[in-house]
Amino acid sequence: MSSLSYAAPTSVDDAVKLLAGSSGLAKVLSGGTDLLVQLRSGRVKPELIVDTKKIPGIIGIREENGGFVIGAGTPGAVVEAHAGLTAAWPGLVEALDLIGSTQIQGRCSLAGNLCNGSPAADSVPALFAANAIAVVVGSKGRREIPVEQIPTGPGRTSLAKDEFILEFKLPPRPARSSDAYLRFIPRTEMDIAVVGCGVSLTLDAKGVCTAARVALGAVAPTVIMVPAAAAALIGHTLDADTLAKLDAAAQAAAKPISDKRGTIEYRTKIAGVLARRTAAIAFDRAAGIKNGKAH
Amino acid sequence: MNYIDSSLKVVGTRPIRPDGVDKVTGRAVFAADTRASGMLWGKMLRSPHAHARIVSIDTTKAEALKGVFGVVTAADFPDIPSEEAFVGEGPMNFRDLALNCMARTKVLYEGHALAAVAASTQAIADEALALIDVKYEILPHVIDVEAAMAPNAPILHDDMFTSGVDPKPTKPSNIAKVVTFRKGDVEAGFKDADVIVEGTYTTQPVHQAYIEPHACLATYSPDGQVQIHSSSQGHFMVRAYTAKLLGMNMSNIRVNPAEIGGGFGGKTLVYLEPIAVALSKKSGRTVKMQMTREDVFKASGPTSGAWMEVKIGAKKDGTIVAAKQVLKYQAGAFAGSPIGPGCMCGFAMYDLPNVDVVGYDVVSNRPKVAAYRAPGAPITSFAVESLMDELAIKLGIDALTLREKNAAKNGTKTHYGPTHQNIGFTAVLAAVKSHPHWKSPVKPGQGRGLATGFWFNIGGESTAQVHVNEDGSVTAATGSPDIGGSRASIGMMVAEVLGVPATSVRTIVADTASIGFTHVTGGSRVTFATGMAATQAAEKIVEDLKKRAAQTWDIPVEAVEWKDGKAYPAGSNAGAFEPLDLATLALKAARTGGPLIAEVSINAQGAGPGFGAHICDVTVDKETGHVTIERYTAVQDVGKAIHPSYVEGQIQGGAAQGIGWALNEEYIYNAKGQMENAGFLDYRVPVASDVPMIEAVLVEVPNPRHPFGARGVGEVPIVPPMAAIANAIRSATGLRMPDLPMSPPKVRAAFDAQA
Amino acid sequence: MAKSYVSATINGESSEFLCETQQTLLDVLRDVVGLTGSKEGCASGDCGACSVIMDGRLVCSCLVLGVEAEGTSITTIEGIATGEKLHPVQQKFLEHAALQCGFCTPGLIVATKALLDENPNPTETEARYWLAGNLCRCTGYDKVIRAVMDAAAELRGETVG
Repeated sequence: MSSLSYAAPTSVDDAVKLLAGSSGLAKVLSGGTDLLVQLRSGRVKPELIVDTKKIPGIIGIREENGGFVIGAGTPGAVVEAHAGLTAAWPGLVEALDLIGSTQIQGRCSLAGNLCNGSPAADSVPALFAANAIAVVVGSKGRREIPVEQIPTGPGRTSLAKDEFILEFKLPPRPARSSDAYLRFIPRTEMDIAVVGCGVSLTLDAKGVCTAARVALGAVAPTVIMVPAAAAALIGHTLDADTLAKLDAAAQAAAKPISDKRGTIEYRTKIAGVLARRTAAIAFDRAAGIKNGKAH
Repeated sequence: MNYIDSSLKVVGTRPIRPDGVDKVTGRAVFAADTRASGMLWGKMLRSPHAHARIVSIDTTKAEALKGVFGVVTAADFPDIPSEEAFVGEGPMNFRDLALNCMARTKVLYEGHALAAVAASTQAIADEALALIDVKYEILPHVIDVEAAMAPNAPILHDDMFTSGVDPKPTKPSNIAKVVTFRKGDVEAGFKDADVIVEGTYTTQPVHQAYIEPHACLATYSPDGQVQIHSSSQGHFMVRAYTAKLLGMNMSNIRVNPAEIGGGFGGKTLVYLEPIAVALSKKSGRTVKMQMTREDVFKASGPTSGAWMEVKIGAKKDGTIVAAKQVLKYQAGAFAGSPIGPGCMCGFAMYDLPNVDVVGYDVVSNRPKVAAYRAPGAPITSFAVESLMDELAIKLGIDALTLREKNAAKNGTKTHYGPTHQNIGFTAVLAAVKSHPHWKSPVKPGQGRGLATGFWFNIGGESTAQVHVNEDGSVTAATGSPDIGGSRASIGMMVAEVLGVPATSVRTIVADTASIGFTHVTGGSRVTFATGMAATQAAEKIVEDLKKRAAQTWDIPVEAVEWKDGKAYPAGSNAGAFEPLDLATLALKAARTGGPLIAEVSINAQGAGPGFGAHICDVTVDKETGHVTIERYTAVQDVGKAIHPSYVEGQIQGGAAQGIGWALNEEYIYNAKGQMENAGFLDYRVPVASDVPMIEAVLVEVPNPRHPFGARGVGEVPIVPPMAAIANAIRSATGLRMPDLPMSPPKVRAAFDAQA
Repeated sequence: MAKSYVSATINGESSEFLCETQQTLLDVLRDVVGLTGSKEGCASGDCGACSVIMDGRLVCSCLVLGVEAEGTSITTIEGIATGEKLHPVQQKFLEHAALQCGFCTPGLIVATKALLDENPNPTETEARYWLAGNLCRCTGYDKVIRAVMDAAAELRGETVG
């Protein structure tokens, strides 16, 4: 039988060396909430597991240059408890918070959710909408790339074998900016998103949208940005006409598949519904109107 | 004796259950928690194909693997002939069960077992499974019930000829049998009707989804003695099936009942035990087997999905004059869907002059169905109670009034034969009428649905022992696995009869060698039948205690009375003696005739049928199709609630399972006939945030055939929810949802079609 | 294959064990350490029957590798009561009949303790969402939620009798 080894390096260099030196498949272990399921089912058969959680800085949140830096392995529960981050990026925090149960929240991380490569990953549309930057480390050094460039297809990423994400950088927020994330699931908890939608935007003093980013999950092989949906918002308040255009843009961008979680027809319609509802929450938040969490 | 009109001190109270502390501290031992020295892990090889002929199985490489101590296939089991068995819940064929446990010539569904290994570790067992070389000839498969009935459908069993039709067919078919129930003249009834409503309905197979996967531990000794620890709804059932499938004597098999982590009917047959015994025999070691969650979904349970057509005719005043139903239930890979009860239960709530019901039992390439809580009744009732709602709307009559008008009463002759006696359906409807939920206005944006349900409940064979220990404390032993608090209810009945506090009685579940035969925990029978046996055993103890007191006082036994746990002289003529309590009499037992023990074995008759009615309020998100259950009230005639908390719990749990059945639970198959959602992630049982508080309203119309008036309560509550929710959705939106589950995509599609 | 040596604190006692990399913390607790109160209902993090508290956080022990337990402090269902004294959550589950088969109960009790450690005064909705990862097929959650709310009240010192 194949043997599986485990290492918990305490520095980036050691981790990179382990990944680079592995002759077979090496998997980075962050919260493990996807990896352990794949191990148990036999879907992945690595020869090495590199647990990155002991690397300094990989867990934790800090403010830097007016923005936030989130350690790649920071568990959802820690992110959710961070008041400053929650105030600035409520949509991203609630997106991460929607992954799985309380138990999953004790372990799941942004990096794991992103690098698992699921198009339905809850935190990823919010990360995309936030224009987050991933700090990637590997044998060739350190590089900073937009998160949009990480997933390349279901279960696949652009990271090299010896690379992993160390942290995420969120840009400083202009005034009257906020974000939101909604997903649709059949139950109230525990399901994988049938469709997910992240919206991040900035309003001017009159409530007109001056900047927007809209991302959709579970409607394509990866989470996608929907520039046409953002264009429908920019220069407008959230009136009926804007909402209709946003809905249409989201539906037009959605190219889902039919599977056990939803049909093409249903997912396409829900993409439009969620785009409207998510944008409405983001508008309210940016305008300073308080509202509750997505659930 | 009958205690229905007595003032009761224990029955009807809410003591802490005897096994409670073990279960809140993690001490309770479930089947997978047991270990033995030298234990091996047994694992099953399962078919990846929905339908295939087994050309060959080569196990040599697996057998040669280091750490493997035994491999078995069907060749290691007797090829037993077809024989009807009445061991579990509902009829079963021993041959079918044997072939379900281990495929012989064909695999009939994805997940069908066809070989098993025993190895020193789970990892080695997995590796050995991968080394078993099976050559399959893949056959066309069929999943859905109507497709399986089509003329050119792939045939699962060459020797299956539809029974119940005349003349006997000459061609094999996937239709195992056709059953018919008729009362009156249904066509004449429809001619007489002012209004006729019709509908076609479908339901999907749903799994019992107990949280504990099947597990067992088996040891075969060289002298032919077998010990089994397993989780089941009946250890005598496990013994009977294991003995038959292995060709052994029952006396050589001792089955110890582990705690059972839920069953709901799904643990009334065996999957692992005979295999574990065979592996133990081959390896000479104890073998432990446990299913994965994927195995549980793919290879055990579920209950049938169905296609149904219903037609009801009524007079303008709401009086139903004719009712007709065609039911097609899928049975899975072997005959035996609950089509019989399906045919009986749909109309059992009503007093109908003319009824015609035809049912089909149909096999297809899915796991063999197992009993699931009121087997067959929820399916048929979804159809009937949905159509009753349509009838009420069409007649302009309130849904409750329509049901009151047609409700079955004492003396109503059912379409399947028996005449209802001592039933509480009208009392249930009266309780609905007066309930604050029913009387409250429907909130804006919401809809309200009502539906009713029926289940027979059963009695049957049970054994109970009552032991008065040397210090006067009491042990009650029965053969009924405790699946939801029956230790508490049985102990309470014993305590009531003996006149002692509930805490003085410890109830245990005894193994097959330590107590007389007891039928499975199923059919809502334990509190009724085993409770009756335990009550009678306690009464024998009381008679014995009176005798011993009489002997002590040297007075006639007729002059002794037993009350509040003590023997008293019956009146002043009997003499002036200090009362003798249980402890005193127990202490003197050696001198008054020996141990104080009574055992009663009965075949309990007179299980009173149960009726329920559920009220449900929903909101429906028109854009997503998501349905939210806002308020839920379940009213049920329970006869007499022995421990009201656990009675409420049965009702709440049944309702929640029904909510899952209604909204999200289903088996999803791909084109190859493989199940795509064999896990709790995508087989969506309700989670805590999906449901509101579920108010259980206990109506107590005593069952005179039980000493305390109890009737079964566990099954009725899963019957009404699907229609109650469908009717609430209809009320909220105007949409009739005839197909389960009423999942968001279906509801949204219905809105789109409506627009 | 070489096993890893792991040292952890389990229910307040220091514990040492050897485990293979692919063994989960649940496997280790049940098969190596011998604490079988944590249950395997799914092995995929969907049922919560294996819930334990690891370094103050509620996790599914089936989604943690045994080797990851090195240096951590773990509370299982066996560590919830104090000696012979049941924790109020356990007591309230008994009083409210918040269990039927009892299989999901250890996970529910551990998860409830974690909830009340973090939020002593949850709303019913908060309790329901917190416990959404603990499947119970018997009770319909009604009595579970009542037990949780009552235990919370008692721990806040609000209940009488």
